Amino acid sequence: MRILGLAGRRLAASIPTLILILIGVFLLLQFAPGDTVDAMMAQMGGGDAATARELRKFYGLDLSIPTQLGNYLWRLVRLDLGFSSIYGKPVASVILERLPPTILLMTASLSFAFFFGLVFGVIAARGVNRWPDTLISTLGLIFYATPSFWFGLMAIVVFSVYLQWLPPGGFEDIGTVRTGIWRVFDIASHLVLPTLTLGLIFLAIYLRIMRASMLEVLNLDYVRTARAKGLDETRVVTRHVLRNALLPMVTLIGLQAGTMLGGSVVVESVFSLPGLGRLAYESVVQRDLNTLLGIVFVSALLVISVNFVVDLIYARLDPRITAG
Amino acid sequence: MDAVKRYFRSPAAVAGLILLVIVIAMAISAGFLYPRDPLALAGRPLIWPFSNPRFLLGTDNSGRDIAAQIFYGARISLLIGGVATAIAILIGILVGAFAGYYGGWVDNVLMRITEAFQTLPNFVLLLVLVAVFGSTLTTVTIAVGVVSWPAPARLTRAEFLSLRNREFVQAGRTLGMKNIQLIFGEILPNALPPVIVYASVVMAVAILLESALAFLRLSDPNVASWGNLIGLGRDVLRVQWYVSAIPGIAILVTVLAVSLVGQGLNDALNPRLKGR
Repeated sequence: MRILGLAGRRLAASIPTLILILIGVFLLLQFAPGDTVDAMMAQMGGGDAATARELRKFYGLDLSIPTQLGNYLWRLVRLDLGFSSIYGKPVASVILERLPPTILLMTASLSFAFFFGLVFGVIAARGVNRWPDTLISTLGLIFYATPSFWFGLMAIVVFSVYLQWLPPGGFEDIGTVRTGIWRVFDIASHLVLPTLTLGLIFLAIYLRIMRASMLEVLNLDYVRTARAKGLDETRVVTRHVLRNALLPMVTLIGLQAGTMLGGSVVVESVFSLPGLGRLAYESVVQRDLNTLLGIVFVSALLVISVNFVVDLIYARLDPRITAG
Repeated sequence: MDAVKRYFRSPAAVAGLILLVIVIAMAISAGFLYPRDPLALAGRPLIWPFSNPRFLLGTDNSGRDIAAQIFYGARISLLIGGVATAIAILIGILVGAFAGYYGGWVDNVLMRITEAFQTLPNFVLLLVLVAVFGSTLTTVTIAVGVVSWPAPARLTRAEFLSLRNREFVQAGRTLGMKNIQLIFGEILPNALPPVIVYASVVMAVAILLESALAFLRLSDPNVASWGNLIGLGRDVLRVQWYVSAIPGIAILVTVLAVSLVGQGLNDALNPRLKGR
């Protein structure tokens, strides 16, 4: 309960941040050339000034900017994100449709990066300054420097064009209708390359942090005690070192949540996945500012909720955090 | 001088420095080696690399010399990376210094703003900025700088927090120095080294951010940039994959060089932390 209270307090503290973001981006978008009505008029193939005035009045765009901002925030409280003139639907339902592929992609990439980062980090730390360590650290540096979109394109060339093992893009095969387990397999095969592409840079970061944190914990007194008690090395690592060495890794998940969401913009564009990131890109290109603002709101919410979960895990791993 | 010796003792740091020098040399020599506009038509489109001595790295889908674009692209990447990093570090130092030195409500307000920037995914903010201010070389560079300052700000703040009550600062205060003098004349020089080392991380990320933006065709289309070329090569990816592959390697090498140099500097300046 205490854990929940602590994390809840952190959650409450992030509300001002959220409001700050919304006000900032809302004001920023006022400088954008053209508004929703311009976009709609372009969509309709032009129209006279009177129609434009009518529409602006209808959408409340003729009011002063502070009033508009107030209206927007009030609508947000009721979870109304406005209307997307490009998609002809409420922004909330456009975003909701696009959310599942992104969340699936992020979860898969995070699990991939976390698991392999942990394993490689432990292997590197166990053999510090010997060849496995050198190999893993070098690979980590190269992965860190690889632009994700480029890695994605090269993966398409190798695995989809030449070897023809995996589909080059899309979320599922639309040519044939699949149900149940076959649909799951189909979606999974479409997500293999995007997951690797998005996860690569995080794998590099995680393995580096894991290695450093393992090296630090391995030198602590309590580990010497565990060894002195006669435990074998594997048990020392799995039972005693890992739990404490994991703390910085968990912190990193919270810190990297935003970066990962940003990375999915690029990865979803490479693999034409119908996700939130691709929607962000499309709304920039199509000047759909209402949708863009909605995406800003939802991505901030996502990052805040990831951090909430991280707080919970953190307190679970290290009970001292709630005691303080 | 010890630091220089320590730097050159690490093979990775030396390799990084060599790579960085090569990229800088490419950027400088682009004008002599390829005096013509790199975006001008040069020959038949889609010539494979190493098949025609006139176009060592081949040509892209509209018949432009890839090698020339790689050389000029080095200029753009280093320029955007360098200037954006300078902007980010400058904002970061100002915000971090004031927040860390004054504490209290100044710290509270500044850290709330920093938190807001960190909560919003930086690439999404970059998209918003480009949507609002357009995508010329100047706006993209500033936008990349503006999304990258929170981490250096936090680092500077942490340094200031640990330094602000040290004896040399108290001595300065007793001498009647003004706050501004204490911040920029006394504390900042001591807080600077880790921030400067961190600049290499900011620069690596800045280069990657710009290339991703260019790949999505949201950066300046009128300059020869590596990201632009990768985006262009995507149209012919199935067969002429080299159009995308070559500039990607250039980005990889540059980012790797910057990171290696940064890590080398870090190890050389903080020898106790080596191996972490």
